[in-house]
Amino acid sequence: MTSTSSAFEYAPAPESRSIVSIAPSYGLFVDGEFVDGTGEAFKTVNPATEEVLSEVASGSEADVDRAVAAARRAFTRVWGPMRPADRGKYLFRIARLLQERAREFAVLESLDNGKPIRESRDVDVPLAAAHFFYYAGWADKLEHVGLGTGPRPLGVAGQVIPWNFPLLMLAWKVAPALAAGNTVVLKPAETTPLSALLFAEICQQADLPAGVVNIVTGAGDTGRAVVEHGDVDKVAFTGSTAVGKSIARAVAGTQKLLTLELGGKAANIVFDDAPIDQAVEGIVQGIFFNQGHVCCAGSRLLVQESIHDEVVASLQRRIGTLRVGDPLDKNTDIGAINSAEQLARIRELSDIGEAEGAQRWQPACDLPAKGYWFPPTVFTDVSPAHRIARDEVFGPVLSVLTFRTPDEAVAKANNTTYGLSAGIWSEKGSRILKIANELRAGVVWANTFNKFDPTSPFGGYKQSGYGREGGRHGLAAYLKGADQ
Amino acid sequence: MTHVLDPDALPGATPAVHAPLPPYDDVTRSDAAFRSFLHGLPGVDQVGAESRAAQLGTRSIKTTSKAWAIDTAISMVDLTTLEGADTPGKVRSLAAKAKQPDPSDPTTPRVAAVCVYGDLAGVAREALAGTGIHVAAVATAFPSGRASRAVKIADVRDAVGNGADEIDMVIDRGAFLTGRYLDVYEEIVAVKEACGDAHLKVILETGELKTLDNVRRASWIAMLAGGDFVKTSTGKVTPAATLPVGLVMLEAVRDFRIATGRQIGVKPAGGIRTTKDAVKHLVMINETAGPDWLSPDWFRFGASSLLNDLLLQRQKLRTGHYSGPDYVTVD
Amino acid sequence: MIGNDRLAVRKTYKLYVNGAFPRSESGRTYEVTDSKGHFLANVAWASRKDARDAVVAARGAFAKWSGATAYNRGQVLYRVAEVMEGRHLQFCEEVAAAEGLSSSKARAAVDAAIDRWVWYAGWTDKLAAVLGGANPVAGPYFDFSTPEPSGVVAVLAPQQSSLLGLVSVLAPVLTTGNTAVVVTSRQRPIPAVTLAEVLATSDVPGGVVNLLTGDAEELGPWLAEHADVDGIDLTGAPAGRAMEFEREAAGTIKRVVRPPATEPDWSAEPGLSRMTPFLETKTVWHPMGV
Repeated sequence: MTSTSSAFEYAPAPESRSIVSIAPSYGLFVDGEFVDGTGEAFKTVNPATEEVLSEVASGSEADVDRAVAAARRAFTRVWGPMRPADRGKYLFRIARLLQERAREFAVLESLDNGKPIRESRDVDVPLAAAHFFYYAGWADKLEHVGLGTGPRPLGVAGQVIPWNFPLLMLAWKVAPALAAGNTVVLKPAETTPLSALLFAEICQQADLPAGVVNIVTGAGDTGRAVVEHGDVDKVAFTGSTAVGKSIARAVAGTQKLLTLELGGKAANIVFDDAPIDQAVEGIVQGIFFNQGHVCCAGSRLLVQESIHDEVVASLQRRIGTLRVGDPLDKNTDIGAINSAEQLARIRELSDIGEAEGAQRWQPACDLPAKGYWFPPTVFTDVSPAHRIARDEVFGPVLSVLTFRTPDEAVAKANNTTYGLSAGIWSEKGSRILKIANELRAGVVWANTFNKFDPTSPFGGYKQSGYGREGGRHGLAAYLKGADQ
Repeated sequence: MTHVLDPDALPGATPAVHAPLPPYDDVTRSDAAFRSFLHGLPGVDQVGAESRAAQLGTRSIKTTSKAWAIDTAISMVDLTTLEGADTPGKVRSLAAKAKQPDPSDPTTPRVAAVCVYGDLAGVAREALAGTGIHVAAVATAFPSGRASRAVKIADVRDAVGNGADEIDMVIDRGAFLTGRYLDVYEEIVAVKEACGDAHLKVILETGELKTLDNVRRASWIAMLAGGDFVKTSTGKVTPAATLPVGLVMLEAVRDFRIATGRQIGVKPAGGIRTTKDAVKHLVMINETAGPDWLSPDWFRFGASSLLNDLLLQRQKLRTGHYSGPDYVTVD
Repeated sequence: MIGNDRLAVRKTYKLYVNGAFPRSESGRTYEVTDSKGHFLANVAWASRKDARDAVVAARGAFAKWSGATAYNRGQVLYRVAEVMEGRHLQFCEEVAAAEGLSSSKARAAVDAAIDRWVWYAGWTDKLAAVLGGANPVAGPYFDFSTPEPSGVVAVLAPQQSSLLGLVSVLAPVLTTGNTAVVVTSRQRPIPAVTLAEVLATSDVPGGVVNLLTGDAEELGPWLAEHADVDGIDLTGAPAGRAMEFEREAAGTIKRVVRPPATEPDWSAEPGLSRMTPFLETKTVWHPMGV
C-alpha cells in the first residue's frame, strides 16, 4: 500500500514458505519427547489468511503435572548437578541451532503470528539466538552475577509467554532460567504455539537432557495449571496486566518467586529541538513495529505544541509509505493482527476514541479480504482523559497529545498506572539525561525506540510488572543469593 | 566570530547578492543570520539516519519492478570520465556508449548525460549532437575547489562556452568548515549566474563534510543559492555517495519543495557500482522525497562502472540466464 | 525514669507523620506494657485515615528524597546514627523494657541498630555501581542501567525486635531512596516512637519516614490495597494474614517482601536482599553518532 501511486510499485517478493514443514498436529513436549495431550486439541491459524496451520494439543492439569515432574527430575538428577560449563555448552549449541535454522523460524513465526517476515527475520529470530548465546556464557560465571558467592538455582520454573514475540519471549524466559541451572515448563500463547514446538526440536537436536525444557501448549487453563502447580519454584509471566494481577494473587502465600512483564502505555516525547526525521522514524518504529503488539510500544506521542503540525504532517506522509499486507512479503511493513479477538479490541478502543472526540486518521489503504487487519492509525486532538490515551490498545494505533514545557511533558508521561518504557527526542544532551531521570519507566529510549539487546535489562515500573529480563539482572530472577 | 543572538546589530554584515526564495528571503542578510538559520535546521541523528537507510536497503525489488528500476536507473546515469588521462577519443567512446548502452538490445534506454572535464565538453557536445543527451562538465577548480573565485567563474564560463549544458561545481569546503557559510552561498550564486542557461549541480563533497548535520546545512546553502541539483561527491574522495548521505539530501529537497514550491534534483556520485546499489537509491527516493523525483530530470547517478552492471542485470532479466563481462562493452 | 525526689514529666506518645507528631485522627490510644505486664504508656492507635495521611506524606516527600544525591542521603542516614548515639541510654532502657532483655542484651541490640544505620548509610552511593552499569549492546548505542527507588513503601515492622528489627527493615527502604510508611510493633512501639524523635531531629526530611503505632492486622489491608503504595514489606504481618495482604497487594502489582517463617535474628549482617525488592532498574539507550 502506498498513498501516492507511483510508477515504482514493488512487485510481490514473498519469502518461500516451503522451508517450513508444519505437521497436521502436535503433541506436548514433555521429558524430551512429543506426547499426546489429554486436553482437547485446538487449532492454530494463520491470522493473515485464517487458514488453519495445525492442531495443537492442549495441556490438562495432569499433563502439566507430568511436565513439572519431568522438570523436577531433570533438575534434581541431571541439570542441577551438571558442570556449569556443560550447561553453558548446551545453551551455546541451542544458539547455533537457532542461527542455522533461522530462516525456518522466521517463516514459521510470520505464518503463525502474522508479523512481517522483515521483522521475524531481522529482529525476533536473531535476538532469540543472541539471548541464548549471551546467557550461555553466564552459566559458569554465576558467582559474578552480584548475588554473592554460591548462588543457587531455584528449581523448576513455570513460564507463561505471550503471542506477540513467541520465539523471542521463549528465549527471554528459557535462556536465563537454564543458564542459572533451573529447568522449565513453558506454556506458549494459545494463538502462537508453533515456534515453541519447533524449538522443542532444537532441544532434541542439541541433545538437551530430557525434562530440562518442557513445552505445554494450551490456553488460559493450562497456564493457570503451570502457575499454580505446587512443585513449581518460580513463575515468570509476560502478558497483560490483568492476568499478571491474577498470577500475583495465585502465588501469594507460597514460596514461589515471581517476575512479571506486563502492559504499558509509553510516552514518546518529542521536543522542538528533536532530529525531526529520525523522530518521525522513531514514532513509526515505536507504534507500528509488530503491528503495535508490543508492551513497550510508544503509543502516546507527546509532541511539543510548537512543532505539533509539522510533526503530524511528516508522520502522515511517512505512514503513507508503510506497506500493509502479506506478512511473508519481504517488503511488508505491517502484517496481520494476531487474532480476531485482538482485532475486535483494537476496533472497539478506536471507536471509543472517535466517540470521545479524538480525530482518527488512516492512510488510504487496501486491506486483504481475508484475515485480521487494521490499518496504521493516528488519533490527534487526544486529551489525557481519553481512553485511547490511557488504555493499552496493543495495536497500530497512535494517540497524539501535546505539551508546552519539559515539566508538563514529564508530568503527562508519568500520568499512567504503567511504567514500562518511554522515548525522548531532543538534540540537547543535558535535557535528555534530566528527563530520562524523571521518567518513571524501566526502559527509556532517547533518540531511538524499540531497541532490545540481551545485555540490556528490560522491565517495568508500577503496574508494568517487576523483575528484569536481560543482562545479569535477568539472571537474578532465577537465582537465590547466599542471604536469601 | 559573530554573535548569533543579535544578527541585525552586527556592523559590516555583507549584503547578499541574491535573495533566496520566500520564505527564506531574509536568511542570507548577514553571516550571523545565515549561520543561525542553518544551525536552526533540525539536527540529523547519525545512527537513526543510518538505520533508516539500511532498512530501506532491505526492500526486495523483483521481476517487473526490477525491470522498471533498471531502465530508470540507466536513464539516470551521468556517464562519467574524470581522469587526467582523458582524451577526445575516450570521450567519444563514452558518448557512443551513452547513445547505445547495449548494442545487443536497442530497446535499452539512453543515459541522461555524459560528464567530463570542461575542456572536453566540446568533444562531448559534438559526439552527442541531436541525441538529447546532456553534456555535463565539472568546473570551479574541480575536485578541490581551491582557486580564486575569478578562476572558478572563468572555468565555468569556459565549460559552458565549450557546450556544456550542465555544470557540476564543487563548494568551497574550507569556507564551509570554518563557518563562512555566506561565502559558500555567494560563490554558488555567482557560479549559477555564470552558468546562464546551463543547469547547476552543486557538489557538496560530503566525504569531507563528515557529519550528516553538515550535509543537511550544505544542501540548504546550495538550494537557497539557486542550485538545480545537489550532488554528493566528486568521486575523488571516499566515502562518497553513501545511502545515509543520499537520505539526508532527499529529505532536504523534499522539505525545500514543501516550503518554497521549487523542486531540486539529487545526484549521488561515486561508489555506486552495482544494480543493487542503484535500486536502493531508487527505493530511497520513492519513500523519502517521493515518486516525483523518479526521473532523470530530478535524479542522476554519477557513475562509470555502474552502467555495465545495470546492463548485465538487464540482460539477465531479458534472457533468463546470467551474463558476463564480455557481453557488455569496455569503453 | 523516676528521680529521687522529683516527679517525672511523662511523655505523650504520638504518631510521626509528615515530620510532625499528631495524635491519631481517631483519638484512639491503646495501653502498652512492658514484658512483665507493667503499664508503660498509652500510645496513639493509628487508624486507616492516619495510614492514608501517612501515604500522602510519603508520596509528597518522595521526589525530594529520591532526587537527593546519594552522598546527601548517606550523610542524612549517618546523621540518624549520630543522633541515636546521643539517646543510647534511653533506647537501652526502652528496648529492655519492651523486649524483656537484660541490660547487656538490650545494649547489644541498640548498638547493632545504630551500627545498622551506619552500614546502610555507606550503601547509598555504591548501589548504582553494584546494581547498575553500562550494557555492551550490539549496536552504536550507549546503554546503561541504574537502580531507582520504587516509590512509597509500606512496612509492617517486626513484632518482636522493637528497635533493631525496625531499623533493619526501615533503613534499607530509605537507603534506596524510597519513602516509608511504617506500622510499628503493636506490643512494643515505644522504641519506635523514640526513633521518630531521632528522625525528627536529624536531617531526614519530613514525610520520608512516617511511623504509625498501631495494629498491622488492622492497617495492613489498607496499605496493601492502597493504589499509591508501590511496595509492601510484610515482615511484621500477623500470623496467618500475610497471604491475604499479598493477594491484596497484587491488585496494583506491588513489590512484596514476604514474611519469614519466624522472625530472624536481626544481628546478622544484612546483604542486599532488603534493598533490591524496592529498587527498579532503569535502562537508558542513546545512539552514539557524530
